[in-house]
Amino acid sequence: MWEYTDKVNEHFMNPRNVGQVENANGVGEVGSLACGDALKLTIHVNDEDIITDAKFKTFGCASAIASSSALTEMVKGMKLEEAEKITNEDIADFLGGLPKEKMHCSVMGREALEAAIANYRGVILPMAEGEVVCECFGVTDLEISRAIQESNLRSVEEITNFTKAGGGCGKCEDRLRDLLQASVNLVAIPMQSVNKEQKMTTLQKIKKIEEVMEREKDDGDIELIDVDGDFVTVSLLGACRSCQKSETTIKQYVEKKLREQVIDTLIVEEAK
Amino acid sequence: MDCGSDDIIYMDNNATTMVAPEVVDAMMPYLTDCYGNPSSMHSFGGQVGREIEKAREKIANLIGAMPQEIIFTSCGTESDSTAVLSGLQTFPDKRHIVTTRVEHPAIKSLCDNLDLLTGHKHRITRLQVAEDGTLDMAKYAESLSDDIAIVSAMWANNETGVIFPVEEMAQLAKSKDILFHTDAVQAVGKIPINMKESAIDFLSISGHKLHAPKGVGVLYVRKGTPYIPFLNGGHQEDGRRGGTENVASIIGLGKACELAHLHMEEENSRVRAMRDRLEQGLLASIPRSMLNGNKEQRLPNTTNISFEFVEGEAILLHMNQYKICASSGSACTSGSLEPSHVLRAMGVPFTAAHGSIRFSLSVYNTDQEIDFVLETLPGIIANLRELSPFWDPNNL
Repeated sequence: MWEYTDKVNEHFMNPRNVGQVENANGVGEVGSLACGDALKLTIHVNDEDIITDAKFKTFGCASAIASSSALTEMVKGMKLEEAEKITNEDIADFLGGLPKEKMHCSVMGREALEAAIANYRGVILPMAEGEVVCECFGVTDLEISRAIQESNLRSVEEITNFTKAGGGCGKCEDRLRDLLQASVNLVAIPMQSVNKEQKMTTLQKIKKIEEVMEREKDDGDIELIDVDGDFVTVSLLGACRSCQKSETTIKQYVEKKLREQVIDTLIVEEAK
Repeated sequence: MDCGSDDIIYMDNNATTMVAPEVVDAMMPYLTDCYGNPSSMHSFGGQVGREIEKAREKIANLIGAMPQEIIFTSCGTESDSTAVLSGLQTFPDKRHIVTTRVEHPAIKSLCDNLDLLTGHKHRITRLQVAEDGTLDMAKYAESLSDDIAIVSAMWANNETGVIFPVEEMAQLAKSKDILFHTDAVQAVGKIPINMKESAIDFLSISGHKLHAPKGVGVLYVRKGTPYIPFLNGGHQEDGRRGGTENVASIIGLGKACELAHLHMEEENSRVRAMRDRLEQGLLASIPRSMLNGNKEQRLPNTTNISFEFVEGEAILLHMNQYKICASSGSACTSGSLEPSHVLRAMGVPFTAAHGSIRFSLSVYNTDQEIDFVLETLPGIIANLRELSPFWDPNNL
């Protein structure tokens, strides 16, 4: 069971501003049934650029409903230029915090607000133009990069918590890591912890294994035959070939070096 | 600490069950006066060992087995791992397992991690299920190739209650010299099981699913089936599972099996009738609701219903206000971002999977409780649908 704050529970059980603003001049719709949460925000903005009314309809869990309710409470009576500055963190703070796995609910609130304001102004949001990275939840690279920067995200897990990207099949994990790396290079913060956990593509793995084998080989020669996941198949040539202890060589020497220098889960086997 | 169990309506018995009062009574002496080690040479400990053997007989009796075919473990998960790994070690040249797409994480996750765990590559064939959660036996028969060490298929599904024809499946496996394991933690105590007339090699039981405490399980191993222990240690369980016995819980499980035997008739009549009334009532009174899973081949206590356009966690938290306990297969409650792998394997549309609720009853439920849920739930669903942007009452 999630640990929700009293305020989340209160806004979930008694949501404010449910429905649709009748004379709405800004509508923002984000999420979908398939994704498990969706929010339709309607606002009315007057001639002085003040949001006079805001209502929502939300499909989703307790924190999605509470985030939507909180959002409408926050923006009512606000000037547009102020409302534009609202971040997902502001929505979460209003509720006294959200469980980290639920931060994407507050992001959904911020996105709906942005969409509604853009709709009022008659502009198209740049988000829609990004390239879809996570196909399961339809999240674009622009959305992900923005979440990384705004919420100071430092791992793929955090990206998933905030944007849902990577929370489905997981195929986009490498791409998320690249985006993380790119954003981090942008702000020039050392990322040792992320580098350490970094998953390599098979191609990167093969390259690295070849480099290490080239560097470490002694008078006995060794040849890389295949890399399949964590399984590395090698063939011993030259002096090692007739060596009775080839199995020991592979396990204690080759495997040890590769584990130290490439990935610590590699399993080295001799080609039969 | 007071958890308020007297006030709740507990319909989450596939998650865990109340420890039966008779079970608590049976256990108490072994938590106080009778603390001897069953392996000891003195009679203070030895008498405890004799009680463990009586418990073993009661468990054997419930599933039509011989006492020596019962090995005590710490939980269903340990039983599952022991069986599968034993099967693989028995046939080191056969690194292929057949299982299904809808297994409990105890088997699913074991299969996912098998390569890392054993240092060997394995092939895992995960059988598809139909829309109603049943297996295609022809496809199963086709899948039984020469390189398979063991088949592992659950007897009854924890989320939908759908029953697999494991007896028939085990016969087929046996005809091809393949070992057969079934995770029966949801089936034992709810439907009659007779191992005497079965070809099943391994069967897992979990104590806390049948009104015994958590932390005790059983692995049934057919007499004559090759077996390699998972936990090595002392000579407990004839050297088949090391570790000092969880005496009180084993005694409790014995009592629980005795009770399950007595309640079997009631489980399949009164409990089934309550479940059917709950199911029919909810489906009739709530529009755009549907049953997940085959209606006939099913445990008597389980129903899994989807309510479209609303989300499971939100439903559960509203039910929580009325002290009704159940489960959901929605993404938000599964701990991941995608809904239950069982419902997805059945092809339940995401729109319905997110709003799925599982009610699982026991002999301790009452007709009044069913009435209360039938009165309460339509209002909860209607209120949440008011909030939902996808709900259009004019377009049902």
